[in-house]
Amino acid sequence: MYKYDNYDQQMVDARVSEFRDQVARRIAGTLTEDQFKPLRLKNGLYLQLHAYMLRVAIPYGTLSGAQMRLLGDIADKYDRGYGHFTTRQNIQYNWIKLADTPDILADLAKVEMHAIQTSGNCIRNISSDQFAGAAADEIVDPRPYAELLRQWSSFHPEFDYLPRKFKIAVIASETDRAAMKLHDIGIRLRHDDAGAIVADFYVGGGMGRTPMIAPLIGDGIAIDHMVTYTEAALRVYNRHGRRDNKYKARIKILVHEIGADSYRSQVEAEFAHLQTLELEPPAAELARIQAMFVPPAFDTTAPDSVDRSDPDFAVWLDNNVHAHKQPGYALVTISLKPIGGIPGDASADQIRLMADLAQKHSFDELRVTHAQNIVLPHVKKADLYALWQMLEANGLGTPNLDLITDIIACPGLDYCSLANARSIPLAQKISQRFADQGRQQDLGELKLKISGCINACGHHHAGHIGVLGVDRKGVENYQLSLGGSEGADTSLGQITGPGFSEDGIVDAIEKATEVYLVKRENGERFVDTYRRVGMAPFKEAIYG
Amino acid sequence: MVDVLRYRTDEMVGDPGVTVDSFVDPVFGQTNASAVRLEPGDDARALLPYLDRLALVEVNFPAYGDGRGYSSARILREAGYTGELRAVGDVLIDQLSHMHRCGFDAFAPEHAITREAADKAIATWPEVYQRTVDGRQPIWALRHG
Repeated sequence: MYKYDNYDQQMVDARVSEFRDQVARRIAGTLTEDQFKPLRLKNGLYLQLHAYMLRVAIPYGTLSGAQMRLLGDIADKYDRGYGHFTTRQNIQYNWIKLADTPDILADLAKVEMHAIQTSGNCIRNISSDQFAGAAADEIVDPRPYAELLRQWSSFHPEFDYLPRKFKIAVIASETDRAAMKLHDIGIRLRHDDAGAIVADFYVGGGMGRTPMIAPLIGDGIAIDHMVTYTEAALRVYNRHGRRDNKYKARIKILVHEIGADSYRSQVEAEFAHLQTLELEPPAAELARIQAMFVPPAFDTTAPDSVDRSDPDFAVWLDNNVHAHKQPGYALVTISLKPIGGIPGDASADQIRLMADLAQKHSFDELRVTHAQNIVLPHVKKADLYALWQMLEANGLGTPNLDLITDIIACPGLDYCSLANARSIPLAQKISQRFADQGRQQDLGELKLKISGCINACGHHHAGHIGVLGVDRKGVENYQLSLGGSEGADTSLGQITGPGFSEDGIVDAIEKATEVYLVKRENGERFVDTYRRVGMAPFKEAIYG
Repeated sequence: MVDVLRYRTDEMVGDPGVTVDSFVDPVFGQTNASAVRLEPGDDARALLPYLDRLALVEVNFPAYGDGRGYSSARILREAGYTGELRAVGDVLIDQLSHMHRCGFDAFAPEHAITREAADKAIATWPEVYQRTVDGRQPIWALRHG
């Protein structure tokens, strides 16, 4: 885990006092709401339908037990006893008072956390692979590279008023668990032919109202130029990205409109110029950071077998536990999607319990996934049964990872001022409809994602089944799409046809799953069958 | 008349800046002008051949949220421009420190900012994470001296 030194701590402390001053000026009235808005957004503070919402950064989704425990304490002290983990590997609190926010940020700073740039038209929290440092298929731990970019992007003076928000993901494995190509910049670290680590830059992906898969812009950029190349990519965007229409302001529109080749050549020219300015941190800085991400002291004699005699435990094991690169250990995903629950929500007590379990069983480390679940990355196989019993007793043992009830949903109209429709009650209804474990297992991997408006925070474009809430003449209406995916086989879903009411969409989803069960061939997932047979049979079943 | 907060010691240029288009026009160009005004959509690099004869570049911020002027400023400084670089328009106190880091050394805000408040704002950051054009050593350089 990264540890702050005095410099990092000073910067975060400076931010807390700057924001304390800004909040005081806002409350005193010397800052207008208009002037205050971008300042509060750069500290993750939104004004939502009912209250302020605070989004706290969890850089590359990694945090310690002490940090997790504080997140639970904040939920109790300043919110209504729960927090909501997001698709950007962050946590947000929905019932915050403006006057409390400087104190919350000061509490966070004590455990090396912050809310810097978790909103606003700036470079957002850098996301990464939730299995980083533990996955068998990674070539290197991507998080030190993400940390290098976190520092570079923090308070970057040139890029604080970009045309629009900017999201970067860094991964280092062939399997993409971070939806890398759906980011403004997705960086994949790989070995080149000579065995050196290089960075592939995919630029101009995104969801929202114009979903796009990022093209490869920088092919095999030398790792000791990663920051400089990122700076070049951003500068071209800051200068030439559209500012006349906020819906066309993301970098994906620029890359699309001028073309990937034209964008690439502009970036290359800027890159050549910037290389003369010595902007790149030295290799020693990367090495300093990497030294904090060395693998934990694994017990090399830990037994590699697990007693599966408890059938409920075996189901959880099969669904929520992944192979670890270290024999005798496993990756555990804790589902925050109990049947009928609010996707991504956890109570203060549950958050603190997960903190305790991380300290006891996972070398004091947790991860937040973009699917709104929590990972304990380094659990001894011998501890799995005891761990599962604790989770099960506290509402955290749902064995549904990547099944139809492991739903991604945005906060929707229950909280969000942008939303057109509610997401949470719909997620709850779908979850209840498919509650039967045997039925879920039969349907297999099925990623269902719900967004309450076209901004697509619920990633509906990338759902095997996607649901988009729209406002149709003042009534909530839900559009269904099929065939989206993220990861190695990234694709965008296609809309089935006319939308549905809240109950109608649940029926339509059920019909789609029935088509799959009839049409599937050996070993096919829902999305595979859809890709093979196409939309027609689904459409026929749904609309008859 | 808007007060100009200057962070340089030479004499202030009183001339109003001409537009980039009129400055660089090959026929009717006013390339003898010593002050130019850059709008957000102007290409700062159009001025690079003429930097040695410019004493003032005004960079206009019609709205504080349009951040193109930050890149314009850095580009000019990176190319060696040493004259006055003045941010004009919707320049607010909370943007001063970043503007200063991008090379601005004068500010002409629409709504007056006191010298004391500006000094404090520019000193917001004890250290910095990036190398820009303000001469400050980034934290990574301090760490590895």
